[in-house]
Amino acid sequence: MNNLQPLSSPHGHAGSKTSQVMLQVLLACVPGTAALWFFFGYGVLINLVWLTALAVALEALVMLLRKRPVLFYLRDYSAVVTAVLLALALPPATPWWLGLTGILFAIVIAKHLFGGLGCNPFNPAMAGYAALLIAYPAPMTRWLLPQAVTHALPDLATAFDFFLDRDVHGHIDAFTGATALDKFRQQHGAQLVSEFWQSTKVMGQWSGAGWEWVNAGFLYGGLYLLYKKIITWHIPLGFLLAIAILAALFYDGGSSQSHGSPLMHLFAGGTMLGAFFIATDPVTAATSSKGRLIYGALTGSIVFVIRAFGAYPDGVAFAILIGNMAVPMIDRFTRPRTFGHSP
Amino acid sequence: MTSATPKLWNCAGGIHPPANKQQSLQGCIRTAVLPPQLIVPVTQPLNNPPQLCVHIGERVHKGQLLAQGSSHPGLAAHAPAAGKVTAITEHQVPGMSGVPELCVVIDTDATDTTWPKLPVLDYLHTDSDALIQRVADAGISGLGGAGYPAHSKLQSALHKVDTLVLNATECEPYISADEALLQQHTETVLNGCLILLQITGATRCLIGIEDSKPQAISALRSHAYDPRLQVMVIPALYPSGAERQLIYTLTGKEIPTGSWPVDCGVLCHNVGTAFAVARAVMHGEVLVSRVTTITGAALAQAANYEVLIGTPLASLLQQSGLDTTKLSRLISGGPLMGIELPHAGLPLTKLTNCIIATTGQELPTPPPAQACIRCGYCAQVCPIHLLPQQLYWFARSHELEQAQAHNLKDCIDCGACAYVCPSHIPLVQYFRAAKAELVQAHDQRLRAAHSKQRFEAHQQRVASELALTEQRRAERTTLAKQQPATTNSSSTAAQDAVAAALARVHARKAALKPAVADNKDPPP
Repeated sequence: MNNLQPLSSPHGHAGSKTSQVMLQVLLACVPGTAALWFFFGYGVLINLVWLTALAVALEALVMLLRKRPVLFYLRDYSAVVTAVLLALALPPATPWWLGLTGILFAIVIAKHLFGGLGCNPFNPAMAGYAALLIAYPAPMTRWLLPQAVTHALPDLATAFDFFLDRDVHGHIDAFTGATALDKFRQQHGAQLVSEFWQSTKVMGQWSGAGWEWVNAGFLYGGLYLLYKKIITWHIPLGFLLAIAILAALFYDGGSSQSHGSPLMHLFAGGTMLGAFFIATDPVTAATSSKGRLIYGALTGSIVFVIRAFGAYPDGVAFAILIGNMAVPMIDRFTRPRTFGHSP
Repeated sequence: MTSATPKLWNCAGGIHPPANKQQSLQGCIRTAVLPPQLIVPVTQPLNNPPQLCVHIGERVHKGQLLAQGSSHPGLAAHAPAAGKVTAITEHQVPGMSGVPELCVVIDTDATDTTWPKLPVLDYLHTDSDALIQRVADAGISGLGGAGYPAHSKLQSALHKVDTLVLNATECEPYISADEALLQQHTETVLNGCLILLQITGATRCLIGIEDSKPQAISALRSHAYDPRLQVMVIPALYPSGAERQLIYTLTGKEIPTGSWPVDCGVLCHNVGTAFAVARAVMHGEVLVSRVTTITGAALAQAANYEVLIGTPLASLLQQSGLDTTKLSRLISGGPLMGIELPHAGLPLTKLTNCIIATTGQELPTPPPAQACIRCGYCAQVCPIHLLPQQLYWFARSHELEQAQAHNLKDCIDCGACAYVCPSHIPLVQYFRAAKAELVQAHDQRLRAAHSKQRFEAHQQRVASELALTEQRRAERTTLAKQQPATTNSSSTAAQDAVAAALARVHARKAALKPAVADNKDPPP
């Protein structure tokens, strides 16, 4: 009995684990992923498997180079979450090297060169996405048309052809087309919103065809994360409110100068994925409740500004990276008042 | 008598750990058997030297004074049982620092001879000073938290407080000593409150108790006849029993950092202390025992014991049926703020409210810490609104200025942050280390300032001495320059006076010469 090893209090623990947090996030991705798969086919799954495998391998390699216990760090599943988020953001017909470049940038440069999990100032998945968008704008903006529009998704063999970059005959052009957000931007100033809605098949019930369901899926998963208290409501609410308010301000009654309705923006592109899964990445977001609200509102506003006035079809990745830059300042100015201290 | 529930203020943060109190609340408070040896700590607050009243080899009676404080604030220690003092030596005790403390070792015998009790006091007709003196004579320290002498706390609160808070929350898991006291000795505890009210002149006593203790609440309500006693049931939430948090919950008063509750008109005492005060005043008993929870999965039967101060923990664990093969850790206090003990040979002190003999399954050793992902769960549960995730970085990188700017000093070590941390980072350990560094840096600054002060004073002294010498020299020079001038222009009267004085000196010298040859002349 003389060999008891004294430890510091507390001696009990709630039993939560970082790996559980990450697994819950992965689980919450399922509805949105299922919708993506339904509307865009096998390419989504190929991306997921490819990037996850690469991410695990790269993480293990970096840990070997950093002389850390490989399995211990792999078990926090943070690399898998990064891979899944990047894979869900990539177009579903991308060649293998695009995913490789993206995840290499995300895991090695954006995460480990900054010190690994917890030390990275930028969201790794979004840093990888932004690097790809700047370096390879053509394949990064070549989205498949959703099933609701074409009824002809590439079969598994074709999807693998796209993945292996063997599409020598340019079959891919038969399956791709401008996304709803793209089309809406291109027609800006030409038609009333209602006219545009009727003139194209890419628009669905209240937003882009297919996309609205993908967003609904991620919204559902996000609500699950809220229910499980994995995330707090501050960032998603700030993010979505900012988009909704700005969209309402610039809606312009649906005229030809309109930038689209709030509903359209809330359920278009990467809104819900960004609001619940990416902006809420705790490592790169603000930490206090007030700070999180501000951070969410800031990123949401930038998303809308890029969509309405920028050159890119969607702005989630850049908005989050810019938001990440502002985090130290937000944290500095939103420190909660300590108990017993005057404000 | 039930009192209408007044408004409560909600404290931020907090956690809901499993209570685990029922194990030790199954039966009545038991009396622990008399151990063959008692190791009674006699150390004084603020590391003042104790004034010993016994010597090695002396036979002592139960209740006899062993030591008292030589300076304020002192804490008297009494012999818990009759026996012979066999040693007065440093001994390890359950404490945060792990530094051995001076203890009087008594080999007990069964004679059970008792020192005369103190006279019983009628508190309604005794003045505050006499009552405070009684609390001091009985050697009562705060039995809940830091163990500051109760009489000093009362003295500082005299005529300054209007509210007395009885801390009956006992919010930490496993500990049920106060709850057992409230269930079985409700009246004595409430009498203690009335005495404390009488001493301080406070107009009301708010009894803060968690809603997880229905039996104790109904016992309190049925005994609180005095209208000044208000039973206030608060939601169970750790750490609701932290002094400042409880005061805020009950009164809405936020004690500013750096000041004490008495500065805001509130005095807080815990159930055990009130009980001890009542025994001391109404029965003339000194504090030689306390109620302690002995619990944990490594024991056959958890229970509350009335234990003599100085009882070796091994003796208590043996009575509770300790299975040494199952024991993995021994904790003094609760699982969230308790101190892990190196072995069971340590004695029970006035502060030991709980001993947990736990198994590896019950309170497993934490897995290795993972990276902080800044999830912020720690900040959500912090009752002080600190940002533990930021403090963690500052503590790790020894950025003391930043840590101080983020109010690390206000951390109360409650452990809520580490309890919820999904990466199992030992946050409290980091914070304690950083706080110790802060104290060290502060001491160093003080010492440096002190040395600087002394050096400057020395410089000044040297300079002023030098200046004085210079001045005197200058004066002498001017005097020497002036003297020839004055003699030249002197009056005959002055010359006559000098001549007369010289004549007197010569006459005296001539008279003294044979008597004292080596004596020097006194100056004229």
